[in-house]
Order: sequence, then structure tokens, then C-alpha cells
Amino acid sequence: MSEALKQAVLELADDHLILGHRLSEWCGHAPMLEEDLALPNMALDLIGSARTLYGYAARLEGQGRSEDDMAYLRTEREYLNCLLVERPNRDFAHTMLRQLYFAAFMEPYWQAALSSRDELVVGVAGKAAKEMAYHIRHAGEWVIRLGDGTEESTRRMREAVEDLHLYTPELFAASPAAAACAEEGLLPDRAALRPAWERTIAMIFDEALLEAPEVPFPREGGRQGLHGEELGHLLAEMQWAQRVYPGAQW
Amino acid sequence: MYSQGLIGADGRSTETPEFLEAFQRRIDAEEKIEPNDPMPEGYRRTLVRQIGQHAHSEIVGMLPEGNWISRAPSLKRKAALLAKVQDEGGHGLYLYSAAETLGVSREEMTEELHSGKAKYSSIFNYPTLSWADIGVIGWLVDGAAIMNQIPLCRCSFGPYARAMIRVCKEESFHQRQGYEIVMTLARGTPEQKEMAQDALNRWWWPSLMMFGPHDADSQHSDQSMKWKIKRFTNDQLRQQFIDATVPQAEYLGLTVPDPDLAWNPEKNAGKGGYDHGPIDWDEFWRVVKGHGPMARDRIRDRRRAWDKGAWVREAARAHAAKRAARARPIAAE
Ligand SMILES: [Fe+2]
Ligand SMILES: [Fe+2]
Repeated sequence: MSEALKQAVLELADDHLILGHRLSEWCGHAPMLEEDLALPNMALDLIGSARTLYGYAARLEGQGRSEDDMAYLRTEREYLNCLLVERPNRDFAHTMLRQLYFAAFMEPYWQAALSSRDELVVGVAGKAAKEMAYHIRHAGEWVIRLGDGTEESTRRMREAVEDLHLYTPELFAASPAAAACAEEGLLPDRAALRPAWERTIAMIFDEALLEAPEVPFPREGGRQGLHGEELGHLLAEMQWAQRVYPGAQW
Repeated sequence: MYSQGLIGADGRSTETPEFLEAFQRRIDAEEKIEPNDPMPEGYRRTLVRQIGQHAHSEIVGMLPEGNWISRAPSLKRKAALLAKVQDEGGHGLYLYSAAETLGVSREEMTEELHSGKAKYSSIFNYPTLSWADIGVIGWLVDGAAIMNQIPLCRCSFGPYARAMIRVCKEESFHQRQGYEIVMTLARGTPEQKEMAQDALNRWWWPSLMMFGPHDADSQHSDQSMKWKIKRFTNDQLRQQFIDATVPQAEYLGLTVPDPDLAWNPEKNAGKGGYDHGPIDWDEFWRVVKGHGPMARDRIRDRRRAWDKGAWVREAARAHAAKRAARARPIAAE
């Protein structure tokens, strides 16, 4: 069981780190100073959860690896994040929509995780559920403003929906490891969270004058380490110091 | 972060001598001046300029350090750096708010930054070339900012003084964090130690320049001191900084890149202090005048972020207007 739990925890950790890294790319370049503060805030929430989760995965593995070994010394094919979180920032509309899609899933996920049989999962969930509720509010408000703003913002928001919606079904798919953990009551059942996610999105899209498209061919593969082309670049940059100076302490 | 070297403030005033004397009496009595109090135009102008330069320095200062967020070598360092850069943005925000109490808008100040009319601390026009730069910036640049900002906590203008109290707490945290990064490198592999020494070599002199020209060449100091905007001269603060920092470098086993640096027991009225070698004022003025290695890049980056975000800000305004319009008929009933 601990092998499955380690795997499923790594999936979660990777989701949080990669999305946190993406948000951090905005730091100093946001459309307004308030967002230069809000984006790193959200990034810090995500990276904070990732650190706890990596530490836990490393302990479950029991081979003496650290949170940094997990984050910095695994290759692109070993990364298990869903594809949504690695999508590039592109513009503020894409960034906020990606955040909303993710948080609208993770908020009920962490709520459900509060009744996990695993103590550490419960600990992470308590903090993360509140953070995700804030991310839904913040990103949701922007999706509404941009969706029902100017002609240009509406066009960009619709384009973001078209670009990103097809990555959302992967949120509800469980890898064999995640399914085994759900079975054991260690982690929530992902598929069961779809109605809650759909309600949140429908409520926000209604105000934002957006429509959720049908997705006949969802994009998936992240949980098997099959990523888009951008993840390799992200990792090349993120892992640079650890790769160039092996074994150094920072 | 901010440099003491306020550039181009104009403290002239056209008020009557009685008015100026009455104002000076308040200053001398250590009363805080608040935004709605009568004040000489020169005082207001000096403060707008100084607080504006300070705010811009915080904002532009996000860029050199932001340059290492995506490559921070560990998750702990990544989170700490992200939080630090975010703090600097927060400092910018309080400072813009303090300046706004004097009747200039953040938009106006931002435009002045982008057009090159408003200055910011020259230190940010140097590049961050290695991870050690992040440590050395925290240690030296935030350290120099603290030396300058602690007296500003007693500045005669209330909103600025209050903003500084909050800012100083965070800056001293940054300084300790930076020093700790450098210490880790100094005790690390030979490559890491070399990285730390190289960063110290590159940032030492620019950090000393943060305190501005020598007192004899500092045009606006006297009036600012009289108005208690400034409490110490550039050279006094620079000396304090050197005296505090040199032993810290020694403790790390790093060499301050100044062959003339020597302990002088006579200095500081017999308490002792360090003599230092000559500062390259040509470099100082070149960088102040906008020819620093990263000057064009920094402003281009700020302007690009602003321009690329224009549609977002417009959409926010348009949406707010739509909401207000929708709310109105209901409110009228
Ligand atoms: Fe600052
Ligand atoms: Fe700082």
C-alpha cells in the first residue's frame, strides 16, 4: 500500500509544484502591483503543500531521499503531474482560468481528504482546503471580470477556455495508485468530485458569460509521465542548479 | 530597498518667511507632519520625489532577484525568495500609498518611472549572475537599505515614517536571510565559496555607492536634514554600513574587495572604524545617469509588463462600470 500511496502523493506534489512554479514566473511582471502580490501568494501556497507532500513521499519510499531530491532529481518522464498545471502562462486569462480549474477541483478534494485515514493527508488538507477556496475566489473573480469586460478580454478569455478545457477531464481520472488509495480511504475518489467542480465552474462561467465546451478528445497522460513539450523546459530551468552542482547543499 | 542618494530634489519654496518659520518650529519640536497639514511646497515636492524614488526602487528591485526564482536551488530557497520578492512589491505598494497622500497618483508615478523621468536606486541596474548574488543582495543591499531606512522611521512626514517602520522589520529579515545564504555557500564546496566571493566582489562597491555622493558633493542634503526628512549624512551612513559589514565578511572567511580597507582606532570619535579606499565616482555618476549595465533592460521589462497588462486593467474597469450600471436602476427604486 505504501508504494501506491507514495505514487499518489507524488502525483499531488508534482501538481502543486509545477503550478506553483508557473505562477511564480509572473513575479515582477504582473498586469498590476496587486497581482504582483497575489500571484506569488498563490504560488507560495502551492509550493508549501508540494514541500510537505514531497517530504512525505520520500518518507514512504524509505530510501533516504529528501524533498529536494524528489523535486530536482527526477526526469520529465518521472514527473506525474496532470497536464493542466504545466500549460504555459500565455496571458493573464489563461493563467487565471488554469488556476480556477485546478482550485475548483482541489478545494472539494482537500475537503474530502479531511476524512482520510492518513494523518498527514488530513494535516495538509486542513490548510490547503482554505487556500484553495481563496484561489477559487481570486481566480474566479478575474475570470468573471475578463469574461464580461472588454471585447478584447472576452476574446482572450474564450480562447483560454478553448485551449484549456480539454485538459480538465484528467483531473477526475485516477491512476491505479490513486484508485488504490481511494479504495483504502487514504485519498479522495477523484471521479466523485466532478459534480462539485462542475457546479463551481458553471456558477462562475454563468457570470463570466462563458460556455464550457464539450470535450470529445481530452488530453491526458501526465500520470504516466507523458507530458507536453513545455514541461521539459520548465524542469531544465528549475533543476539547473541541482544538476550542475551535484551533491551541493544550498 | 532604497538608496540614500536622492537625485535632483528641488527644495525651493516661495512661502512667506513667517510660514516657513512656523513650519520649521513644528519640525524642530519633532511634531509629525500629516498629509493635510500646511507645508512648504518644497517640502512636499522633496517628499513626493523621495517617496516616489523609494517606491520605484522596491518595484524595479523585484526584477534582479526575480531573475532567480525559477532557478532557486532548493524548494526552501525558492519559497523564501518568492516571499522576499513579494515583500518588496508590498513595500512598493505602501510607499505609493504614502506618496498618494501628497496628491500624486500611482499611475502618474508609474508613468514617470517608465518615461525615465523618475529615478530609482541604481543598484538594481547591475545584473544577478549567480545564486550567490541573491544571498549577497540580501546581505549587502537590504543591509544598506536598513542603515538608511532606520532613521527614516523618524522622518518628519508621518505616513512615510509609519511605512518605514513596517518596511524595516521585513528588510532586517531579508538581510539575515541573505547572510544565511552566503554563509551556506561560504561553508559549501569550493565552487560555492568561489561563487560567494565573486558575488561579494561585484556587489561591494555598488553597495557603498547606494549611500550617495560624499557629503561635500551632495546638493540637497542640508535642506532635507533641516526638515528632518533625513537624519544622517551619506558619509555617516556609509561608514556605519562598512563598520557593521566588514566583520561579517571576515566571519564568513570572505575578502572585502578593497585593498585599502584598514582598521583605524581614531575613527568614530575614538571608537574605531574602517578606513576604505576611494569610491569610483565616475562609475557612480555613469550608473545614476542611466548607463548602468541593466538600466535599459529594467525599464523595458517594467514597461512591457505594464503594456502587456493594459487590457487586463481596462477589462477590470469596464467590468466594474457594467456592474455599477446594472446596480443603479435597482438602487434608484
Ligand atoms: Fe524593500
Ligand atoms: Fe528587502
